Amino acid sequence: MSKEITVDNASLMSSGAPTLRVDGVTAAEIHAKGVHAWFGERLVLENVDLVMERTKVTALIGPSGCGKSTFLRILNRMHEIVPSAALAGRVELDGENIYDPDQRAATVRRHIGMVFQRPNPFPAMSVKDNVLAGLRFNKIRSAHKDDIVEEALTKAGLWSEVRDRLGNLGGALSGGQQQRLCIARALAVKPAVLLMDEPCSALDPGSTLRIEQTIKEIASEVTVVIVTHNMQQALRVSDTTAFFLAQDGNPGYIVETATTKQIFENPSDPRTADYVNGRFG
Amino acid sequence: MAMEGGQKLPNAKQLPQKLTITRFKPREFKPLDILILLVSLASSFSIVWIVFTQLTLLSGALGFVVLWLPIFLVMYWFVNRQLFTRQVAVDRLIGSLVSLGALLMMLPLVLLTIFVFQRGIPQLTWHVLTHTQQGVVLTPGSHDTGGVLHALVGTLEQVALAACFGIPAAVLTAIFINEVKGPLTKSVRVVITAMSGTPAIVAGVFIYSVWVTRFGYSGFAGSLALAIILLPTVTRGTEEVLKVVHNDLREASMAMAAPEWRTVWSVVLPTARSGLVTSILLGLAVSIGETAPLIMTIFGNQVLNTNPFVDPQMALSLLSYKQIKLPIQSQIDLGYTSALVLFLLVFTVFVLARLLSGGRRGGGARAKLIARIRQTPGSVFEERARGNSIEYESELYEDALPLEHPGDTNHV
Repeated sequence: MSKEITVDNASLMSSGAPTLRVDGVTAAEIHAKGVHAWFGERLVLENVDLVMERTKVTALIGPSGCGKSTFLRILNRMHEIVPSAALAGRVELDGENIYDPDQRAATVRRHIGMVFQRPNPFPAMSVKDNVLAGLRFNKIRSAHKDDIVEEALTKAGLWSEVRDRLGNLGGALSGGQQQRLCIARALAVKPAVLLMDEPCSALDPGSTLRIEQTIKEIASEVTVVIVTHNMQQALRVSDTTAFFLAQDGNPGYIVETATTKQIFENPSDPRTADYVNGRFG
Repeated sequence: MAMEGGQKLPNAKQLPQKLTITRFKPREFKPLDILILLVSLASSFSIVWIVFTQLTLLSGALGFVVLWLPIFLVMYWFVNRQLFTRQVAVDRLIGSLVSLGALLMMLPLVLLTIFVFQRGIPQLTWHVLTHTQQGVVLTPGSHDTGGVLHALVGTLEQVALAACFGIPAAVLTAIFINEVKGPLTKSVRVVITAMSGTPAIVAGVFIYSVWVTRFGYSGFAGSLALAIILLPTVTRGTEEVLKVVHNDLREASMAMAAPEWRTVWSVVLPTARSGLVTSILLGLAVSIGETAPLIMTIFGNQVLNTNPFVDPQMALSLLSYKQIKLPIQSQIDLGYTSALVLFLLVFTVFVLARLLSGGRRGGGARAKLIARIRQTPGSVFEERARGNSIEYESELYEDALPLEHPGDTNHV
């Protein structure tokens, strides 16, 4: 590979590797420029520009089918695994285009982690192996695996609940615990950005609250982008909100991006006001 | 029953009487229900017996059973109709029909097992297991039949070799069809389907013409033929198992920057492990009993040949086939013993593989259950930890498991 993404945080654990830390944090800014996306012949996203600031939580809201999840998957090159998917535009991670022809998708995904809608810990692996899966997949060696496990699980708010059961299978945890395990798994490789695709939609209110706390806690060291259908959740956890909309079969686009406070209290576009006040969607 | 919801609960005496909901599952049969079943069976048997032996000149066990079962069903329905509601009667009638179907399925297997054991066990001695047929002369009245050792060794070697070629090829093919995919996926699947429909003898003829005609009979040639038979079975089984692995897991793995081979090796295959073992076993079981392709590839012999690469070998299935055609009773009996040994061999392979795939760390529904209970506040474990002795019915928890555990992808 000729180009390496400059924020090589994932090798932090491997002793002596050069690392880039900006102001003591590992997070990076991610910037989408003129992103278009297709499934087959159908254009689903049109000209999306969005800056997701370092160590901030950006919420993507909008009605179903407006392309938020597609956009999120574009940010770590998961979009391209759908056979008919196509893309135009740039996505920059601290200025580096992740879609550069020389850039490997695996490298991008190592720096931009993802948490899915449904908890999906690897059922055949123990809790500990689940957390360490990212290191194993990326051949990152470390002499401090136990420390990494503890740190990641602590950040995900799960350590106290599973510290005695690290050898149990990941699938034996409750739904909320499984989702926090997935967050720990994503954090273990120290990503610069964490993408979350409706991480609480399959969970009960208690687990949702716990995960929202986790998001706030980790935001100091990782840039978080979260897709959510829950307006109150966007209000509670995010700093910036982008409102996506797709009307009458037209491709999705961003209607408005602003601070979350402004989107919910004083949106500049009437459609945003209608949506956040529950008049449609 | 939940009609008191919302309004203030009256004291206990004023509560409406609880409805008794009768379930009609066989496991909840009460003694009375079992009695009804037995009486229906007995009385229908008696009726048919009277009809068969006293009133008409009919005879034969098959006819008896064919007449007995419908009369039993009719009688069982009437008895239940008399005692309970129509719904109960219909439910039990259908239940009996389905159970009868299951029993009929079991019948050939049970009969076969009994038959093989009955004919094979008398000759199954240590001598038979440790001797070959070397020097055995076929004379009427001779009781020196030799043994099955050469066939047992041959079968083990041939199947092991076939597994070495066939199973990796089959698993890789299934991974190609289901995980890697490509322009050839469809045609490969068609070929595999066609292969599984190919008669086993064709595999034998094929290996005979391309291998045996040049290099002669050998156990190795037999294992090639067996591998051809094993390949489609294992491929199709593995493909089905891989399909069941949830796509979420593949995405999760990819999102963690795992290369494709990593995803398959570390996520998909371990998740599908128990199903994978089953499909491999099925393939082994099919190939271990094949006879037709072996006639043309290993040829058969009477002495112990431990080298599968040179000269003919024997196999248990082939030995059975050859012995049973002989005109001497003691030799025919050895054929049944050989079949019994084969039977036991397959059984051993199944048990071993089950143990291997089942004995995993913390796996299985029960371990999961215990893990769940341990984390439940106020659970029996916690109470015990506090020194309180509390006895819970373990069935209570087992019943609770399926309700509480969505997304169980571990058991395929």
